[in-house]
Amino acid sequence: MAEQPQAIKPIIEIDDLSSKKSIRDLPWWFFALILIAIYVFFIITTNQNYNDAFNFIKIGLVVTIKTTLISYVIAILFGLLAGLGRISKSVILNNISRLYVELIRGIPILVLIFFIAFVGVPVLVDGMNNIGYWLSGLGLDFLGKIFTAVTNQDLSMNARAITALAFTYGAYLAEIFRAGIQSIVKGQMEAARSLGMSYGQSMRYVILPQAIRNVLPALGNDFVAMVKDSSLVSVLAVRDITQVSRLYAGTTFRFREAYIILAVLYLTMTVILSLGVQLLERRLRKHD
Amino acid sequence: MTDQKPIIVVKDLYKYFGEIKAVDGVSMDIEQGKVVVVIGPSGSGKSTLLRCINHLEEPTSGEIWIDGEKLTHAAKQINEIRAEIGMVFQLFNLFPHLSVLENVTLAQKVIRGRSQDEANQIAMEKLKRVGIPEKADAYPSNLSGGQQQRVAIARALAMDPKIMLFDEPTSALDPEMIKEVLDVMLDLAQEGMTMVCVSHEMGFVRSAADEVVFMDFGKIVEHTTPEGLFNNPQNDRTKLFLSQILEH
Repeated sequence: MAEQPQAIKPIIEIDDLSSKKSIRDLPWWFFALILIAIYVFFIITTNQNYNDAFNFIKIGLVVTIKTTLISYVIAILFGLLAGLGRISKSVILNNISRLYVELIRGIPILVLIFFIAFVGVPVLVDGMNNIGYWLSGLGLDFLGKIFTAVTNQDLSMNARAITALAFTYGAYLAEIFRAGIQSIVKGQMEAARSLGMSYGQSMRYVILPQAIRNVLPALGNDFVAMVKDSSLVSVLAVRDITQVSRLYAGTTFRFREAYIILAVLYLTMTVILSLGVQLLERRLRKHD
Repeated sequence: MTDQKPIIVVKDLYKYFGEIKAVDGVSMDIEQGKVVVVIGPSGSGKSTLLRCINHLEEPTSGEIWIDGEKLTHAAKQINEIRAEIGMVFQLFNLFPHLSVLENVTLAQKVIRGRSQDEANQIAMEKLKRVGIPEKADAYPSNLSGGQQQRVAIARALAMDPKIMLFDEPTSALDPEMIKEVLDVMLDLAQEGMTMVCVSHEMGFVRSAADEVVFMDFGKIVEHTTPEGLFNNPQNDRTKLFLSQILEH
């Protein structure tokens, strides 16, 4: 029994160590980030050149946010469908989904954006229009009008950019959904099926609610990644913050002002969103 | 009762997993209201046989008839038949994202088309029957194993099944919780539910079973009554198995 105090002692020491360590472990990098952001915003309010650049560039924020949000919502739909296809027993669905995912993952996003905007979308719309003309030729004017309602001239670069981002990210999200669904133990599907539910009903009421909850942090991370990748749509002359920064720099030759502000704007958005994702992750873990 | 039509008919059932013959030519009839316990060493195919009855495993060949209807591979028919057969699993398989009440009402609403109120009322009835109405708003993760298994039984009963299948319902439970689950099963048996149970609870066999099926290597070695099993086992393998599980 005399040894007991000795056994307790090291535990206290470990506690002391860890409390010292927690000061060392403070997220200094994060404070540095905040400082940089505060410093730049301070310059923006005090320096006229930076102020002018900021007022010009911030107009692009609406386009950046809108492009990201709309693309993401559509990408979720693509991703969910392709994710379900990837685990489907149907050979056709399975292979179509796999082809989609592998095709997208094998091509750089920048190239995909060019390709979808200048090849994919026009070819698809031309095809639809041709079907429309053919239907009209058969006398089915009503159906024909539906297929010819949208022509390539109507499709703005913004719309093509959103299509490209959504289609690209759909493939990435598909893998997240697939992993999420496969993380649910087999017994859940069996229990649902044994109650008489169809495959679709079991997915909808039992598997997907659990799977989506499991992958929420991953979905959040991809949203942050999408905010950054939305800068690529500037190559289509879509006036997001990247494009307006380039415009500003090109016309005023104030490259430094334009690109410092651009970088800090992205950083501000991604850091805030990442913090949101981390909070979400912590809350989900608490509920487990 | 003797000339009653069997509610479950299994005819020449085979189920192979690749080279492994999990069920190797099984035939049996089960009459309505009977409690049949399937016993046998692990890997003898008893769980697979049970899972073939509601088509969770697709038989390699053979026929299964439920209540006079032959099971085909048609998804619609399988879904309809499954709604009439309750199943209780070894690991409970409650839906962790739903409360106890929601676990018991989900299939009632989706499959039986019952209103929320009606489903709730039936769910509470079944939860009372298994003895845990006070846990209706709890989540599965906050329940003990025994409580979870009783909720699983209530979830199956809420569909008003004609048959209940139990796949080792007490194997994953701590000893002190086995009784509360067996009591519920005993209660069901006495009310005349047709039950097929894979279980090694010999107490349950003694007090509730009408028939016992002993399986080994995918085949039915002996199909007898509890008295026949305990007092007069015919087959050497049955004797050996009994001596092994009754020893301790």
